[in-house]
Amino acid sequence: MIKAENLTKVFNRNLVAVDHITFSVREGEVFGFLGPNGAGKTTTINMLITVLKPTEGAASVLGFDVVKQANEVRKVIGVVPQEYTADEDLTGYENIMLCADLYGIPRDVAKQRALELLELVELSDFKDKRVETYSGGMRRRLELACGLINRPKVLFLDEPTLGLDVQTRAATWEYIRRLKNEYGMTLFMTTHYLEEADVLCDRIAIIDHGKIVVTGSPSELKDSLGGDIITITVKENADVTSVIQSVENVKEVRKENGAYRVKAANGEVTAPIIIEALRKKGYTVTRLSLTEPTLNEVYLEYTGRAFRNTEESRMEFMAQRFQLWRARRR
Amino acid sequence: MSEAEIVNECQPSFARGLWALTRRELKKWLNDPVMLVMFVLQPLIWMGLLGKSMNIGGLFSTSNINLPQQIPIPGSAILYPSGLPGVVLDGAVILQMFAEMGSSIMQNTFGVADYFSFMAVGMVSMIVITTTMFSGMSIVWDRRLGFLDKVISTPVSRAAIIFSKILNATFRAMFQATVILALAYLLGLKLSSTFTPLNLLGVYAAIFLLGVGLSSVFIAFSIRSTRMERPMQFVSLITMPLMFASNTFFPTKLMPDWMQAIARVNPLTYLTDAVRQLTILPTDSSALLVDFTYLGLFAAVLATAGIVLAWKYLTR
Ligand SMILES: Nc1ncnc2c1ncn2[C@@H]1O[C@H](COP(=O)(O)OP(=O)(O)OP(=O)(O)O)[C@@H](O)[C@H]1O
Ligand SMILES: [Mg+2]
Repeated sequence: MIKAENLTKVFNRNLVAVDHITFSVREGEVFGFLGPNGAGKTTTINMLITVLKPTEGAASVLGFDVVKQANEVRKVIGVVPQEYTADEDLTGYENIMLCADLYGIPRDVAKQRALELLELVELSDFKDKRVETYSGGMRRRLELACGLINRPKVLFLDEPTLGLDVQTRAATWEYIRRLKNEYGMTLFMTTHYLEEADVLCDRIAIIDHGKIVVTGSPSELKDSLGGDIITITVKENADVTSVIQSVENVKEVRKENGAYRVKAANGEVTAPIIIEALRKKGYTVTRLSLTEPTLNEVYLEYTGRAFRNTEESRMEFMAQRFQLWRARRR
Repeated sequence: MSEAEIVNECQPSFARGLWALTRRELKKWLNDPVMLVMFVLQPLIWMGLLGKSMNIGGLFSTSNINLPQQIPIPGSAILYPSGLPGVVLDGAVILQMFAEMGSSIMQNTFGVADYFSFMAVGMVSMIVITTTMFSGMSIVWDRRLGFLDKVISTPVSRAAIIFSKILNATFRAMFQATVILALAYLLGLKLSSTFTPLNLLGVYAAIFLLGVGLSSVFIAFSIRSTRMERPMQFVSLITMPLMFASNTFFPTKLMPDWMQAIARVNPLTYLTDAVRQLTILPTDSSALLVDFTYLGLFAAVLATAGIVLAWKYLTR
């Protein structure tokens, strides 16, 4: 559905925002771009949706080249941008109809779809109110409705839940799942929320400093870390590292604060075997816990940095919004 | 909903996209009546204060020239017939002669008897400059707010994006020109005897042509920019000189040669002349033809250049 090869964007001749990235998105999957602020997510989307011209490399959507066949691409995609782009002076309904006009959807079809979509995003009651009076969450839902008006085959979502509260975020996830399951749509989304990528995406590419560091399904990525983490405490004082190490599937054993931190594939199966091996040597296990690695650990592993605090980015986002808002009001 | 229904092969038409985008602009504009008044206020103030205060016709009026009842002229001042001891003139008659000379000067310089009519009509140029500037540059706002990017990502014709801005500018200019001309009429604008309401169509056509040309320039200026300040400064820098180096405030024939040269290529000169010909002057159709030809060429050349640039630079 989407293919990118050595896609590159250089701003002002020296800022490499996207650096030779190559990836492909399969039909019907939710593909996530995960990365911190400034990683190049929006820039990548903008090249795919024909808003920016790639400096180098090529990309195609449904086989249409994003530069040479830009207009064909535009017909089959839907876009939910990171920013609120709806016109504040128009009502929600007028905004959706404007989008419909831009896609050239026949008026009667458009009217019906607009009402359906407003129902879907639960804005029916507000459809004749000016967008100026909408809350952030309502605006984002309106953007979603606009992006769906042409029944796109591929939907691009740029940080669809940025700045939303927990409930609205969960509801948005629900919409996204429905789009995928009921409409069989292919989704390309960006996010910097790890949980979001984890629960929604079939495959993820982690992008940092304009480069893709790793691609795979969430579970593949987690597995690539060497599986689960088993923490074991034994009653005896002896060093049992070598005993644990000898068990099949154990990849790494480290002693931390008197406990053993074991990385092992298939933790549920491996843990009892470790207990058994220790018991045979005469050691008693007093505590054992099993944790699956989160994307956080994946992220840490591949970028060498902890993921940025999401709360912090949210504040940043709000500050940005406020500035824009002030700018408008002049 | 089945998967087959998702297939979407709608072909957006140019006209529909153009109308949708233009309607958006017009709605925004009607939603903001304060701005509507503000834009009319500026030319109104100029017209009311400058047009009324620069009472050039009044220079020659009977009340401005103080003459005694009797004007004695000594014999030494009389060259022919010689030998007269002197004469005494009737002040009232001489005053009348001055006044007649004055109105003939006014007529020759401005084409009309009062300066107010002359300059009030020139305000149409000011309106076209400011409205085209603002609407041309609103593309920067659309860019900043992400609206433009969203529009670019839809299959709507690129030309419709540009033309919606142009149309919006010219509609606004026409509306404001109507308001200003109506106000001018109430304030004492004197229409010529050849004026008919149909002439207003000609006025609109002239405004349309200049509007298309100028807004293309402003759009080309701001198409790549994400900042408003620089183009704004540039425009406010050139607005006044452009107006003064045209026939907006004063006839060009009395200007120094270099200024006349500027005025001759300045499109404002042609708009103002066309509007004058159609309203306050007895219509001279050959002059009108020249005006419209120039404005038409101006619009065609710049709109083409604007569209070409826009095509190239809308997608960065
Ligand atoms: N129009 C532009 N001109 C110059 N530099 C830009 C432009 N747009 C983006 N950049 C730069 O490119 C880099 C990548 O930006 P991008 O918006 O793609 O990041 P992102 O991953 O979407 O971040 P965020 O999570 O904050 O949305 C940043 O360093 C940014 O400053
Ligand atoms: Mg972004």
